[in-house]
Formats: sequence, C-alpha cells, structure tokens
Amino acid sequence: MLKMKGVSKVYRTDMVQTSALRDFDLVVDEGEFVAVTGPSGSGKTTFLNIAGLLEAFDAGTYELDGGDVSRLGDDARSRIRNEKIGFIFQGFNLIADLNVFDNVDVPLRYRGFKAAERERRIRESLELVGLASRVRHLPSQLSGGQQQRVAIARALAGSPRFLLADEPTGNLDSVMARQVMELLEEINGRGTTIIMVTHDPELARRAHRNVHMLDGQVTDFTEFEAAVRVREVRAAAAGA
Amino acid sequence: MFAYHLRLALLSLRRTPAVSLLMIVAIALGIGVSMTMVSVYTLMANDPIPEKSDVLYAVQLDSWSPDRPYDEPNEPPTQLTWRDALALAERSPAGLKRTAMAGTGFVAEVPGAGDVRPEIVSARAATADFFDLFQVPFLYGSGWDHGSDQDAARIIVLSRALNEKLFGGEDSVGRDVRIGSEFFRVVGVLDEWQPTPRFYDLNTGAFADTDDAFVPLSLLDRHQQDWGINGSVNCWQAPSAEGIFPSECTFTQFWVELPDEAAVQDYRAFLDAYVQEQKKLGRFQRPLNNRLSNVHEWLDVNEVVRDDNSVLLGLSFMFLMVCLLNTVGLLLAKFLGRSGDVGVRRALGASRARVFQQHLTEVGLLGVLGGVLGLALAWLGLMGVQRLYVDYERVAHLNTELVAIAIGLAVAAGLLAGLYPAWRICRIQPATYLKTQ
Repeated sequence: MLKMKGVSKVYRTDMVQTSALRDFDLVVDEGEFVAVTGPSGSGKTTFLNIAGLLEAFDAGTYELDGGDVSRLGDDARSRIRNEKIGFIFQGFNLIADLNVFDNVDVPLRYRGFKAAERERRIRESLELVGLASRVRHLPSQLSGGQQQRVAIARALAGSPRFLLADEPTGNLDSVMARQVMELLEEINGRGTTIIMVTHDPELARRAHRNVHMLDGQVTDFTEFEAAVRVREVRAAAAGA
Repeated sequence: MFAYHLRLALLSLRRTPAVSLLMIVAIALGIGVSMTMVSVYTLMANDPIPEKSDVLYAVQLDSWSPDRPYDEPNEPPTQLTWRDALALAERSPAGLKRTAMAGTGFVAEVPGAGDVRPEIVSARAATADFFDLFQVPFLYGSGWDHGSDQDAARIIVLSRALNEKLFGGEDSVGRDVRIGSEFFRVVGVLDEWQPTPRFYDLNTGAFADTDDAFVPLSLLDRHQQDWGINGSVNCWQAPSAEGIFPSECTFTQFWVELPDEAAVQDYRAFLDAYVQEQKKLGRFQRPLNNRLSNVHEWLDVNEVVRDDNSVLLGLSFMFLMVCLLNTVGLLLAKFLGRSGDVGVRRALGASRARVFQQHLTEVGLLGVLGGVLGLALAWLGLMGVQRLYVDYERVAHLNTELVAIAIGLAVAAGLLAGLYPAWRICRIQPATYLKTQ
C-alpha cells in the first residue's frame, strides 16, 4: 500500500548539506497503524512530508496505493493528497478565520463535491469526533483537544485511505491526548491506514508497529501484538 | 470555485482591515489621478466627427504681412479674410461641398410674445452647405439652399436650446424671430449637437458651446455694423475706414469636403492658382504657403491637446505605477504573512493554480473597491479642474465609458500588482509552514 525503497533526501544550503533520509526503506500495509519514533533530527517529519507528497525526494522510489508517485507533477500530487491522504498536525493547523464547518469544508471544496455532499460529509465527520454541535465556532473558541478533533474531522471528511499524523497529541494534556489516541484507534479500526510520528513511547506502543528512526534510516522495527492479530485475522479471512 | 474564492477574499479583507484599506486607497489614488487626466485628455483628443474627420479640410491661405509670418516658424493665419472666404465659396469647383463662416451675435425676440424675454444670441453666419458638411442633426425643418445665400434671405436656424427659450420647444418652423427691427423666418431647429472639440471654429475656445443660431453668411455683410464679429479678428495692418470686412484682417473660416487624395491635390492646385491670381493684384506677398488640414490635423495645428496635457497624462500614469508598486509591497507582506494557511490548503489538496486563483480573486476585489473609490476621487478631481479652468467645463466630466474604463483599469492594475505576490505565495513549500504554524 505504501512502499518506499532507497529514498534519500538531502537539504542543501550554500554552506551546509544535510541528509534527512538515507536509503530509506519502508512498507506499510493497508489497515496498519504504524508509529514512527526517533529523536529530533532523525528524519521523522521529512519521511512524513515525503509520504504525504508535500516534499520531493532526491533518490529512490515511492509507491502509494499501487501507483508510482515518485515523479508526479504538482497537480497530480495535489489531487492525490486531496483524495487519498488526510493530515493531522501537532499544531492542529486550523484556519483561524474559518469556523469549524468551513475548516472541515476546505479539502472537500478542492475535491469538487456538490454542496449537499459536502455538508453530509462534514456533519458525519464532526459527529464522529463528537463536535457536531460546534459547527459555527471559530478555532479560537475551542480547547486544544477540540481543535485537534476538528483537524481529525477535516482529515477524515474526504474518506482518505491514509492518515498521516505528526505528533497529534504533542500539544495536548494527557486526558485529551488519550481521547485523541482512542479516536485514532477507532478510525484505524474502520480500515484507514495510519502513520503517526510521535515522541511518546506510550502512544507508540498502542500502534500495530513501531518504526524507530535514527539519522534518516530505520534502525529498529517492532511489531506489536495488535499488528500480529490484524494479520492473522486478515489471513484467516483470505483463507476462508 | 470563484464564489468560494470571493468569500475567502472578503474574509481576508475583514481580517486585515488596515492593510486592505491602505491598498484600496493606494489603488484609488492612482486611479483617481490618472482617470482625472484620462477623462480630460480623451475628451480633448476626441474625434468630433468620426465619419468625416478624414475628408473635411480647413483651408489656410498665407495673406499675412510680407515682413513676418503669422506664427513662427512660417505658419499662415488660421482664418481667412472676408473677401478670400467669399471668393473660395463662390469659385471652388462645382460639386464640392464647402462653407465659409464667421461668428456673430445679436439679440433675438419673438414678436408678440411679451412673456418671452429677448435672448442674447451667439450666432454663426455660414453658407448653405454648413449643415450637410458637418452632419448637423435637425429636430424640425432644415437648413437653407444656395439661393437663400445669394438672396441674403432673412431666415434663421435655431439651436434646440434657443428654441426651448423662445418657443418652449415647439416646432417653430415658419414662425418669426425679430432681430433689431427685422423679422427672420425660422426654417429649422437643430437637435442636440455639440461636437467636442468644437472643431469648425476654435477661435472662441475649443470646448465652447455650439452656436445658438445660424443665418446665411450674406446677411452678415448687410449687418456688419449692428451684429459685428463674435470671435477672433487678426490684422497685420490697420483696417481702413470702411471697416474690417474689405480689409486684410482675418476672421472667417472656410471648410471644404474632399473625398479622396486626388480631390485634395486638385483643390490644392485650385488654391495655388487663386493665390497666384491675387499676387498679381498686389496681395499675398509672402511665398506660397497654403494649407489644407483635415480635422485631426486641424486640432493639432490649433494645439487643442497641448503638450503639457500629454505630459500630465504621462505623469498621472507614472503616479499610478508608484501606487501599484506600493500595493505590490503591501500585497507581498499580506500574502506571505498567511503562508501558514496556504501551507494547510496545499496539504489538503489545493494545487498551485487554485492558490494563485484564490489570491488573484482577492486582488481583483481590491481593484474593484479601489476603482470605485478612485472614481469618487476622479470626480472630485474633475470638479477641481472645472473650478480652476472655466474653459474645461465641457471636458472635465465623467461619462459611462470613462466609468467603465476606470473600473477596468483599476481591476487590471490590481491584477497586475497582484500577479507577483500571488505567484510567490503559490510557490511556497507547504511543508515549511505546517510544522511551524
């Protein structure tokens, strides 16, 4: 489903050259919940940006949903981001001028849905995150946890195949972090593949698989019980 | 998507009202100043008779002093002597429409209408072809024929405005107007007619009103003393006791319609022959220097659009450019200040083209608002011009066309100013701003 092979990314300035990813390999299967951990500067965010087609890379190949997306143009990358990928950021990244409804509406506008379809999707995704009653609120009128849930609703409204989350609980207290994590698990339970960058080992442990990065490479690879169970269930279903 | 972008643009204006207002004012100032100059300039440079401006020719003959030219370096007088105008009217080749004319004036009243006040009338004495030559529209009746010219018939054509004053706007054809002790029969009433500039006689101001009434030129000969000349009289030697009519003073205008270049050449030869003949009589002591100028050339000769107007027009556009450069700077600051939002939109699927369109829509909206405010400033500017220069009263106003030009110019200027900032913002790397927002 997501397959990176030999991916390298170098940031260059006049004076300095920094390798953010070095010969990076990773395969994420459909329905997986993968946590990416590692110290600051290990390349986690670069990996997530490349996975989300927000940045180009210098070498290697990247297949997403069965297609090679390594060398796509801006329009095609934007379309894939819009249709297949949902983003959740540490800082929520809601648009301050827009109310909850309009924030969730943003990706749907670029998708070209009719008004009725957009409204249905917005209502459904806000229902899912428990904020259906706050559609007219501005982000500044919501708590951090609520803002992150709006961001999750926005990411889900377009029914993406992938959810890329960059430290989604990094700005939240422990209670709200737990609520958001439970929500992500619920979303993953419905079949959406999630890749989550986190510093928090507790959260990482709740994923199916933990990919540890150091100096732009995968150094450790832990498969948790949940992932094993998922594979077993799928294998059984396939055999039946 | 345009409606969505427009909504975002309105939101953006509300979010940064001070910067938005600065940009609107910058555009408005540029548009206001440039439109003030454009409106004055375009009406000055207007073609007053577009269907015939290439075939109507003003005639100049150099009857001036042998010692010095009428104007440097070697310009002939812009008007003709009375006798030359009459001679050209009479002897020009048959079939050519031509008119000799001079400005005059009198007091006219309606006999027996005690409630109608006598009117001071600025009149034009002209030969019969005047109306046909200049495509003068009639509300009632018509002009007169050549026979009336020869007979000095006591007939008169009224302007629409004078007919309103004297006859309340009724069809006055066949009724009489008294001028002094004589009665003149109304044969026609003009419809609205205001060629701008008033090309056929620029002596009393290029933007003066058209005449109130028209009478056969031959009548002016008879009424030299009581009507007089209303216009500019130029003499290089003092007239004799017989007055200016038989003198070498110039105060008449002469126009002829020449349909093609061959006709122009033939008429030039005719003028040369006429002057050569006059030289034998001791007149026209300067070298042969006859001129034929079509309407465009005639407006140039008389400097209707003066060089300083062109310079001012250029300066006003330079000022608009300065305003736009300021707007570019403000737009750059504003757009780049919202890089975070753009990064989010890009992450959520907005292509560069969509981001570009969104920001150009905002710039277009600023342009429209700047244009509307600019029009108000232009209107104020034109009021100022009218107060300062009475002669410009007719040209210093806005019309529908100029309003459309102003709005179009404002939007185009706004879009031009917004192209670079919109391009810059659509090229940002979203990943750079997502983490830092």
